Amino acid sequence: MMSLRSTISEQMKAVASDQDKQLAPLSDDLVLLDSGLDSLGFAILVARLEDVLGFDPFIISSDAYYPVTFGDFVRFYEDAANSVKIAANGTR
Amino acid sequence: MPPTRSRSLRTALGSASECAGRFLWGIRSEVSLSALLTGSCLAGNSRALADRCVLLSTHDQLATAVALIELDGVARRMIVCPPGVDDDHLQTIIETAGVDAVVSDSGIPTTSTATVGMHVGCDATVRANADLPTFERQTEWILLTSGTSGKPKMVRHDLSTLTAAIKSREAKLNEIVWGTFYDIRRYGGLQIFLRAILGTGSLIVSSVDEPPTEYLNRLGTHGATHVSGTPSHWRSALWSPAIATISPRYVRLSGEIATQAVLDTLRNTFPNAGLTHAFASTEAGVGFTVTDGLEGFPAEVIGQRDDVSIKVENGSLRIRSSGNAFEYLGAGQSAIRDADGFVDTGDIVELRDQRFYFLGRTNGVINVGGLKVHPEEVEGIINRHPRVEVSCVRPKRNPILGSVVVADVTLKAGLGNETDSEHIRQLKQDIIQLCSGSLAQHKVPVMINVVSELSPGATGKMVRRNA
Repeated sequence: MMSLRSTISEQMKAVASDQDKQLAPLSDDLVLLDSGLDSLGFAILVARLEDVLGFDPFIISSDAYYPVTFGDFVRFYEDAANSVKIAANGTR
Repeated sequence: MPPTRSRSLRTALGSASECAGRFLWGIRSEVSLSALLTGSCLAGNSRALADRCVLLSTHDQLATAVALIELDGVARRMIVCPPGVDDDHLQTIIETAGVDAVVSDSGIPTTSTATVGMHVGCDATVRANADLPTFERQTEWILLTSGTSGKPKMVRHDLSTLTAAIKSREAKLNEIVWGTFYDIRRYGGLQIFLRAILGTGSLIVSSVDEPPTEYLNRLGTHGATHVSGTPSHWRSALWSPAIATISPRYVRLSGEIATQAVLDTLRNTFPNAGLTHAFASTEAGVGFTVTDGLEGFPAEVIGQRDDVSIKVENGSLRIRSSGNAFEYLGAGQSAIRDADGFVDTGDIVELRDQRFYFLGRTNGVINVGGLKVHPEEVEGIINRHPRVEVSCVRPKRNPILGSVVVADVTLKAGLGNETDSEHIRQLKQDIIQLCSGSLAQHKVPVMINVVSELSPGATGKMVRRNA
């Protein structure tokens, strides 16, 4: 099964391609706003990730959080995925 | 007395010495307001534009700003053209509004603007000009807003309606440096431009396609004290490390529903700033502002205050005020105000525990980061696809832009293998590409869902449920 990081990277590449944008190499410290995607690009990315993953961490999170780097963004999705799993397993 | 009623912008600025130290800052250059009062950015042609109907079609927002100052009180009518209006629509605007002069910073007329007799160049360079018009007239300001078919609607205001919500006390506040992520050619940005000009401060205008980080850096460099944008603008800004370069005393949101999440994040980011979200629309003007840091608005907003009356009728918010627009230009347009003088904003609100919350729009209009999308326009494009039987375009909630556009489609039977997932994936891609070729990017559905049926609601209209 594809890791969350790979899924996010694949979707970012697909959105950049659809939007005719040049995507910067995706490293943990890459500032998202320097990645080549604009706010519409990120809006599309989050919508498509919800379609693929079945959750939107921005809705799940009780905090108003704005990831700044690609690494923050991936961790944000990983944390949300863990909380979704916990909720589904009923362990909490 | 309010600062500018029936006076032009140039008169409201006062004398050159009164404007000393006040600037308009653009991405590449700056204009001193005191220099502008004794000169011109219209290549010495401002007198020739007297009493004309002028299409203001500029790329650079700084050029827009100086042209607005020079033309108000001089031109009979000016059409403030935002970026992205296509040439066919421009032709309709020219004919409907009776445009007889074009002010532009491009130097190259389009097919439609080439049909206009008079062309005046405009840039952000002030040239000395002793031949400035001295008379004043109440110039009509025509703002554009998107219509159902994607064709812009022309909304008529003048300086008195546009400045109705700007209180005279604001004019006396010193050392204000305004910034707005908004384009000043749209209502929300124009309000900030007018606040800056009628006050005693300066303004940093953004530029089309300027990344948020760069604009934030410019806001920081010039020491912006008052910053305005849509919730989507602010969300983008909050994603940038450059948010740390600004420390505004006043943070304002308008143009979209301000969610509690964005309000809380702004409160945490700027704990000492006044935080305001305003309700305004091109047609209704500024209705009210909310300063308690909570989403929605308190029930006591309903009623009459000063010259603003606000009510909820059939679930939608209605506003009557001296800031309401006069009319839509052109034959066959509906009236902006009803028989009692109220403008139906089309925003559906619900009362819960003495507070109203926004639920969506009566006409199904989708707000994507402050830009309107009429579902019918998008459906019209999708339905051109040979495999599509019928489509329903609806909003999907989005943490970045408030909403994005998604489409449900049913397919014509017998034209392909609907159980082949690769075939369906390619079909969805085709539909998105069809839309990309015909629509502005924010109108293109981010997702296509193939469904077996689309059921009309009780009214016979398609149900555009918010996902």
